[in-house]
Amino acid sequence: MNKKLSLGIDVGSTTVKTVISDSDGNIIYSKYQRHLSKVKETVTDQLKIIQADYPDDTFTVCITGSAGLGLANSAEIPFVQEVHAAFLAVQKKYPDADSVIELGGEDAKIIFLTGGVEQRMNGSCAGGTGAFIDQMSTLLGITADELDKLSMRSQKIYPIASRCGVFAKSDIQPLLNQGARREDVAASIFQAVVDQTVSGLAQGRSIEGKVLFLGGPLFFLKGLKNAFVRTLGLDEENAVFPEEAPVFVAYGCSLYSSTSDDYFKADEIINKISRAKASDGIVTGKPLFASQVEYDDFIDRHKKYDLAYADIRKYKGNAYLGIDAGSTTTKLVLITDDGKILYHHYSSNMGQPLDKIADQIKRIYQEMNPDITIKGSAVTGYGEDLIKSGLSIDCGIVETVAHFKAASYFCPNVDFIIDIGGQDIKCFRIKNKSIDSIMLNEACSSGCGSFIQTFAMALGYDISEFSQMGLFAQHPVDLGSRCTVFMNSSVKQAQKDGATVEDISAGLSMSIIKNAIYKVIRANSPDELGRNIVVQGGTFLNDAVLRSFEKEIGRNVIRPAISGLMGAFGCALYAKEKATAEKSSLISEDDLNSFAYTSRSAQCKGCTAHCQLNIINFGKGRRFISGNRCEKGGGTASRNTVPNLYEYKYTSIINTVKKHQPKRPVGTVGLPLALGFYEQLPFWHMLFTELGFRTVVSDESSRGMYYLGQHTIPSDTVCYPAKLTHGHIENLLDKGVDFIFYPCMSYNIDEGQSDNHFNCPVVAYYPELLLVNNPRLNESNFIHPYLDINVKKNVIRVLKNSLKGYNLRCKIPDALEKAYKAMEYYNGEIASQAESIIRQARAEKKKIIVLAGRPYHIDKEINHGIHKLITALGMAVITEDSVSALARTPKLNVLNQWTYHSRLYRAAQYVTTQSDMQMIQLVSFGCGIDSVTGDEVRNILESHGKLYTQLKIDEINNLGAARIRLRSLVAAMEK
Amino acid sequence: MPEYAKFTEDMIKTHTILVPDMLPIHFRLIISIFEAEGYKMELLQNCSRSVVDEGLKNVHNDACYPALLVIGQFMDALKSGKYDLNKTALMITQTGGGCRASNYIHLLRKAIDKNYPQIPVISLNFSGLEKDSAFKITPVMFLKMFYAVLYGDLLMTCYNKCRTYEINKGQSEKVLKKWQKRLGNIYRKKSNFYLKLSRISNDILNDFAEIPLSSEKKIRVGIVGEIYVKYSPLANNHLEDFLISEGCEPVVPSLLEFVMYCAAGTFNDAKIYDNSNTQSRIYRLGYEIIYRQQKKLISIMKKQGSFEPFHDFEHLRKLADKYINQGVVMGEGWLIPAEMAALVQSGVDNIICTQPFGCLPNHIVAKGMSRAIKQDNPDANIVAIDYDPGATRVNQENRIKLMLANARR
Repeated sequence: MNKKLSLGIDVGSTTVKTVISDSDGNIIYSKYQRHLSKVKETVTDQLKIIQADYPDDTFTVCITGSAGLGLANSAEIPFVQEVHAAFLAVQKKYPDADSVIELGGEDAKIIFLTGGVEQRMNGSCAGGTGAFIDQMSTLLGITADELDKLSMRSQKIYPIASRCGVFAKSDIQPLLNQGARREDVAASIFQAVVDQTVSGLAQGRSIEGKVLFLGGPLFFLKGLKNAFVRTLGLDEENAVFPEEAPVFVAYGCSLYSSTSDDYFKADEIINKISRAKASDGIVTGKPLFASQVEYDDFIDRHKKYDLAYADIRKYKGNAYLGIDAGSTTTKLVLITDDGKILYHHYSSNMGQPLDKIADQIKRIYQEMNPDITIKGSAVTGYGEDLIKSGLSIDCGIVETVAHFKAASYFCPNVDFIIDIGGQDIKCFRIKNKSIDSIMLNEACSSGCGSFIQTFAMALGYDISEFSQMGLFAQHPVDLGSRCTVFMNSSVKQAQKDGATVEDISAGLSMSIIKNAIYKVIRANSPDELGRNIVVQGGTFLNDAVLRSFEKEIGRNVIRPAISGLMGAFGCALYAKEKATAEKSSLISEDDLNSFAYTSRSAQCKGCTAHCQLNIINFGKGRRFISGNRCEKGGGTASRNTVPNLYEYKYTSIINTVKKHQPKRPVGTVGLPLALGFYEQLPFWHMLFTELGFRTVVSDESSRGMYYLGQHTIPSDTVCYPAKLTHGHIENLLDKGVDFIFYPCMSYNIDEGQSDNHFNCPVVAYYPELLLVNNPRLNESNFIHPYLDINVKKNVIRVLKNSLKGYNLRCKIPDALEKAYKAMEYYNGEIASQAESIIRQARAEKKKIIVLAGRPYHIDKEINHGIHKLITALGMAVITEDSVSALARTPKLNVLNQWTYHSRLYRAAQYVTTQSDMQMIQLVSFGCGIDSVTGDEVRNILESHGKLYTQLKIDEINNLGAARIRLRSLVAAMEK
Repeated sequence: MPEYAKFTEDMIKTHTILVPDMLPIHFRLIISIFEAEGYKMELLQNCSRSVVDEGLKNVHNDACYPALLVIGQFMDALKSGKYDLNKTALMITQTGGGCRASNYIHLLRKAIDKNYPQIPVISLNFSGLEKDSAFKITPVMFLKMFYAVLYGDLLMTCYNKCRTYEINKGQSEKVLKKWQKRLGNIYRKKSNFYLKLSRISNDILNDFAEIPLSSEKKIRVGIVGEIYVKYSPLANNHLEDFLISEGCEPVVPSLLEFVMYCAAGTFNDAKIYDNSNTQSRIYRLGYEIIYRQQKKLISIMKKQGSFEPFHDFEHLRKLADKYINQGVVMGEGWLIPAEMAALVQSGVDNIICTQPFGCLPNHIVAKGMSRAIKQDNPDANIVAIDYDPGATRVNQENRIKLMLANARR
């Protein structure tokens, strides 16, 4: 029995795979098993099976996999990087393959074989992996297999951001809440994974020829397979899904080990593994509770904030219904006149909030004493509009107001509220009995409740059991506090280093708190939070989280026992305040029994934005439309007369080139409608027109435009405005221009009000990146000279040089003069338009919002129509550049050296002098410079008693968070 | 601008100036120059998890990792109780230019403003920023610092090679320590001996050359990237040590290249944008003096023959022109693609590009350019690694291992 056998052990993030191959490279044994984070135990178990089957054989051995590295080191077993292992296996089994795509638990990899071997892995910031699919299934309350089955019955695909799991969630959640078909959402999730792989990983190299698909998700999920095959346009012959896919990497690992001469018997390997010591590299904190007594005191203290209950069957009189249709959960409260709880409900909405809530109201009707009159009802949360119209609720209120109402009930002088729910962290500072500032979590600060839940499930525990375990952990692990993806790997590392489940549970609770305090609130000291703090949200029901919070800020806080129901409770209180009618308009029991609805999707044709609409029909002619940004799509025919400078600026930029063109052009120049051109287009258009060129501008931005150039984006963490540029370049190339003109500019226009007048590095040098990463561009069809637009002689020299072939030397100076005039004229138009908007708004007694950002934020694909949301709330909108000339730069704490950013400071300063104005700052995700400007603008505004609101935008066009902020702002302004 | 604590004349004697841990070898030499002038300085060594935590607490979520670490290291030190808070000052480098890094000093001032308003922050810069400080760099000190950069580069290069191949463990470190001490003494004694470039360099080279090395063939891995993450072990999770433990030789381009890149940027911009002035002409002149010294050192290294000489800077500039315009001067700008190309040219095909997560200039000059470099040099094996308070070592090391597997193929 002394054959030459090789053993490969693949320890992935979620599974352990073992393969034995013989000297001819045939797989003679294989096993695939989930390890539930018990890595060492699972490996040992599998080895014991091998020991039983092959008691007398010896093996060469090697370990691979993302979680195998540490194990291999400490067990002194050779290690091979997993992508390389896959590469070896492919060479052996499928030598004719052209490329390989492998999706693992937390990694995505791609190997190009023909035309230069290249192996790639996803960067540190990436969704689109097995864990991502698991997370999304959890969100829908189903297993990955069920998700797969659902996807097979899809009719349409929604765009879902695929770069980041957190972003994807915020795309999916509103779809679900608005009643999109789950089948379609499932298919869209798979498509998002495909897009992420094709664009994020391949980065310009096309995936063609024979493609091999590996890894668990691609083996088990049929819908995912189909999406890949469809997107890559592969036929059956060229899309290979090997039988041995789940253990393929382990197989490659065994092949790698076969080159070794060191043979071991199975029990020797088991010994090595069990002797492997965990490294002591983990950082730990102090236990949450030192003793049982401390814990008991803690529990007693919080018991004070319980509510009284009344029996729904016995109570007679008025009642008020509050509903909080949250992003993942549904909360419902029915209270009496004196605030006693008659009925309450808290559950996951399973992606079907409308059905869930209808069921609950049905139960209330069944259980309630016939002598109860529901006098009022109110709803809040992401699903507010849908629930309100579907179930005829009396009023809808913004979440922040609901929470504030509820918190004041428990603590009338509350000055800080922090709410940690499943998906969101919301914090409000209260000043003068009104909400002063709001902080919400964003993509990179997203660790919330659902995160603990996902972890508990992954480790095989129930959530409440899991969090209880952390209470008395001796050495809570320090897990960092950035993004959930990163936290995943921190947990993996801690496990490998021997942390117990108890320590991890406590560590997770602490990291959520640290995330909230230092990333979301960004407080330097506990005093900054407030004196009377109310904590709420489902996550705070977890004692470990509550304790972590108290420990971190060094102060006791109030947690109402109905912590998870505060939004609903606030609604009920609000309904009570507003109840004037005899009876609530709430859907009657009879109507409820025949309640049914159908949903379908459509594209709005109201304007060029073509919003993706979701139309829900409740029968009897009642319907609910969502997805629309302005009221045009809403099915109600009112005309928007609130003035909006964004619209004006955008239209005039779009129409610039339509104005005039030379009759007999000497050539055609293409200008991309992107980044700096959103401001300088009038300049360049005039210049080229005067020089005799026909100017062609790329088409308006859209998600489609983004996809058009997605394959040429080398850095997936650059801002969305920059990413869109790639599409505009492709678009111009398709239009067949003679050349594209896109200058590099370290310096922007000097407005004389700042220490320097730089562009940000991305705006300044993006043409360099475009040229190198788009194979269709070359030095002759892409002219990208360096110039300083402030220095005339420089522009003249550079243009003479760049346009040498056209013999225009003497025309340039005159054309340039006209270009400067055109720019001046355009700026003047903006300023006078702003003046008239301000006049009109004041005449109509409307508030004015300075929606401040960059010139390219007028692009509707970048701002996602936020300006329309504002005008829909009845406020006029102007831009930062239209008022920045009206104020001087205030004293700043930072170096004021970028033209665009310096306008923000002046615009903010101007706003502080106008009683009817407020400022909202638009920030593109990934803009490092706005980490500097944001704080400074906030300072300027708040030091003059103005509110500061920042809206972060990216490719996701979910405006839910923006809507909450805007409505809260309105609420705060009304006070 | 709100008033912040100034560094005054009498503080020179009373205050200890804390210096962040960016280039351990170079900064130690530079500190001895200041000590000779009567300053008290200390290179920070604290590197526990609380450095990152303090950074997270005190710096904006989206600010980049170097800012977070530098400020975190200061805050952690100030809270440690080791320093008399009324007799402590902080020093931070300030480059100026369109990258947000030029704002670090302001972020640091904001961070200490609340709890330590009395602590002055000193800007170490060569662009004439912050003129109101008593912290002055005289032309002689400037010259000394320039030589410190040269010697620091030389020590770093020799040390990295020798410790990779040394047969007797720890021998290279001894030689390094000896030279750090010797050079430190030269500076502290205010002797002019530091000007003897060829004598000192030859002695250093020969001393390291005497260390017995194994002839084992190892994979050579170049490290380029954002200046702080590239050099600071605190930021890059001890990348050089990791590579050595993986059986590789780390090849780290010299700091002088960055210094020359900054100098060249000024007069090159003047040419590109037609705004030549006295300042740019002075920079041009200064650059030429520096370049002459670099050439001198390169020829010394060539003649001695044991160590690979630095990249000739004019050659780097020519290489850059193949990929990117030298007008790209924010962050590390065109220097990154040029260094990558130079490394590949000198046979170091495997390159790690270190960068803070979401670094703005690196979108263009690192991730943006690696495709072009790979196209011209099919053997180039480049991996970009993001550094971030949340990024785990395992993830980073796994990606580096993939790069190494490619290298070994």
